[in-house]
Amino acid sequence: MKSRLSLLLVLGLLATLVGGVISAQDTSGELEIFSWWAGDEGPALEALLELYATENPDVEVINATVTGGSGVNARAVLKTRMLGGDPPDSFQVHAGEELTGTWVVADRMEDLTFLYEEQGWFEAFPQDLIDLLTYEGGIYSVPVNIHRSNVMWSNPAKLEEWGFEAPATWDDFLALCPTIQEAGVVPLVVGEAWTQNHLFESVALGVLGADGWNGIWSGETDPAGPEMVAVFETFGKVLECSNISDDASGLSWQQAIDKVIAGEAAFNIMGDWAAGYMTTTLGLEPGVGYGYNAAPGTDGIFMWLSDSFGLPADAPNRDNTIAWLTTLGSLEGQNTFNPLKGSIPARVDAVSAAPDLYNAYLQSASADWAENTLVGSLVHGAAANERFMGDFNQVMEIFLASGSAEATANAMSVVCIQSGACGGM
Amino acid sequence: MRSRKDRVIAFLMVLPSLVAIYIFVYGFIGQAIQTSTSDWGSNPAQPPLAVNVVKSYVGLQNYENIMTDMLEFSFRNSLANTFFFTIFFVVGCLVVGLVLALLLDQNVVGEGIFRTIFLFPMALSFVVTGTIWRWMLQPNGGINILPQQLFGLDPIDFGWVNSRDVLFPFEWGQVPTYLTYFGIAIIAIMVVNFAMKGRWRASQYGVIAIVIMGLVLMAGLWDKIWLPLDEAATEAIIAPKGFNAALIGIIIAAVWQMSGYTMAMFIAGIRGIPEELREAARVDGCSEIGIYWRIVLPQLNPIILSAMIILGHISLKIFDLVFAMAGPDNAQTVVPGLLVYIEGFRENSFARASAIAVIMLFFVSVIIVPYLWSQLREEV
Repeated sequence: MKSRLSLLLVLGLLATLVGGVISAQDTSGELEIFSWWAGDEGPALEALLELYATENPDVEVINATVTGGSGVNARAVLKTRMLGGDPPDSFQVHAGEELTGTWVVADRMEDLTFLYEEQGWFEAFPQDLIDLLTYEGGIYSVPVNIHRSNVMWSNPAKLEEWGFEAPATWDDFLALCPTIQEAGVVPLVVGEAWTQNHLFESVALGVLGADGWNGIWSGETDPAGPEMVAVFETFGKVLECSNISDDASGLSWQQAIDKVIAGEAAFNIMGDWAAGYMTTTLGLEPGVGYGYNAAPGTDGIFMWLSDSFGLPADAPNRDNTIAWLTTLGSLEGQNTFNPLKGSIPARVDAVSAAPDLYNAYLQSASADWAENTLVGSLVHGAAANERFMGDFNQVMEIFLASGSAEATANAMSVVCIQSGACGGM
Repeated sequence: MRSRKDRVIAFLMVLPSLVAIYIFVYGFIGQAIQTSTSDWGSNPAQPPLAVNVVKSYVGLQNYENIMTDMLEFSFRNSLANTFFFTIFFVVGCLVVGLVLALLLDQNVVGEGIFRTIFLFPMALSFVVTGTIWRWMLQPNGGINILPQQLFGLDPIDFGWVNSRDVLFPFEWGQVPTYLTYFGIAIIAIMVVNFAMKGRWRASQYGVIAIVIMGLVLMAGLWDKIWLPLDEAATEAIIAPKGFNAALIGIIIAAVWQMSGYTMAMFIAGIRGIPEELREAARVDGCSEIGIYWRIVLPQLNPIILSAMIILGHISLKIFDLVFAMAGPDNAQTVVPGLLVYIEGFRENSFARASAIAVIMLFFVSVIIVPYLWSQLREEV
């Protein structure tokens, strides 16, 4: 009797297991979106998911996020999933080399030309952007937004109180620096390591100009040459005017912005997701509660990065994902997401279709997007592949440890060769 | 007497675990070693994340690369960091654990409560500990402003985890020389030990070993064997220079977490000493301190040894504490476990990450395997 009962128990457990396994495989009707838009950038994604849900009511949307600014942690999780054969239906990735150099060359993404032609997106997105998204004739992702990397944030009320103005070039900033320090204020606040890299690319752009910057990636600018040495020397002087030796390593980018708003620091260089943070989370008004200028020396240049979504070649719910991508690239989708995110739509016709949705900063950024010279961001995956970005952290550390611009430029040259990111090197 | 049938059934009972261990432990170790001898992720022509990536055999090139390449200075820094972290962590845990155990041995009131309080940190995960201590060791808050808030003194001016100070400076190129001196010293002590016990053959071997090492040192062979660094000029600037002060905060957090464990082991050990020994010592006129110094501590040697082994292998593999406290981008506190993560999953250099992992495995084996072997021999 006892053995028969235990046999029944074991059989019952087995049946439950098998049933569980079978039902877990039934994934049609799901859509898993993998991104790093958690925390302050979350509301925008949720609005987009709600829009998708109203258009596709019988699909269960799974919002899989991994926190960490600029996706530093999300990418690791994504790689284990892709290598393990468990791809999400669609994942957030920076448009440009981060997608191309990692996933497209690995034949893991499906060509989306058919979708672009069907939706008329070749006319809706700017040609420069389409050129960078195209790899060997195919186009592999749908850009949702455009962020600007080279923006300098300040607190207008505090600046007026102290009597400073936003500097026009990096030399002006370095000249203004002692005056700011005498007022007991940190001239430029930086946060943890990736924000220091972010500052670097604005400094480099300010010193090299758009042609010099593009020349790094095409091979025309010698990474070990005198121009790059000048960039690193300027960067060193800028860092001396910052809180790098104080508490920088412990600050997130939001905490650095908080210092500017609180009046403890004068300026901060961050991408314009800071505008989303200050408008939506802190509730400040653009131009009044916070001020924005092009980073010194980069007026007239728009250093862009774009969050985009693609279609993995073995996505479990391909039709749902194509519907998602359609929503993303549509006028309504871009106008739902971008006002909350604090970015401008990638589509050129979006802001003019609904100008009231966009605050003063976004309107000015959109005007710049249409008129300025466009260059790709290094730190956010547009200009260089992941190997370069990873080794670039080492280059920055060499600079911070040695203080030697020549040694660092040499290191950058080595990284260029090893990663193959500097066009023909 | 076990019958044959019993032994077969016993073997079958253990078989699933054996198979699982063979596959998931030794099989994967073998795969890691194999990956470390390939060029997966290092070959620009082969995208590392492709479905059908072609990996070629490159022998020990990855190991040479992480020891000599200019851009891989993080790995050499991580070796130096691990060395200092291990020493201070193990010694710290042993000392604190021993002191706590001796205090609790005094038959205090509420001993059970104190024991629980001291053991409690061990129940936390390293991530929780790391996050708590990260907040406490903020440069502009936490512990640094405590003197100011409590006593009105100046706040402490130390960056803790963000500090770039270096203590106990040394030159990376001189490391083989230091290791040689250290090895000669150890063997010399053992030779004297053997000689005093009359084991002449063993002491002769020891003397021969010392002579050989001395000759190698004086011939300058280390300079050729200790792989020369590429880009020596830059490396001289960024090579490990000493004990990074940023590790101090992490050591404190780790000792806080694990000293309860050593305390528990010591309490068990102290309780295991028969009371007759202590009585006999008291009868012979030994003071209480003398009892602890001459009777209790020597009896605790096996416990000290096993605690050192366990703590040593924890510190060699440490990852989550450092990640939570200092983040993955802090070059002063980088450890090999972090580097496996960074090189593997950020830079897609899977072969190099495997090489670092295999080196970690080697170091841990050097500690664990002799210990296990001596334990097995004892049981037999």
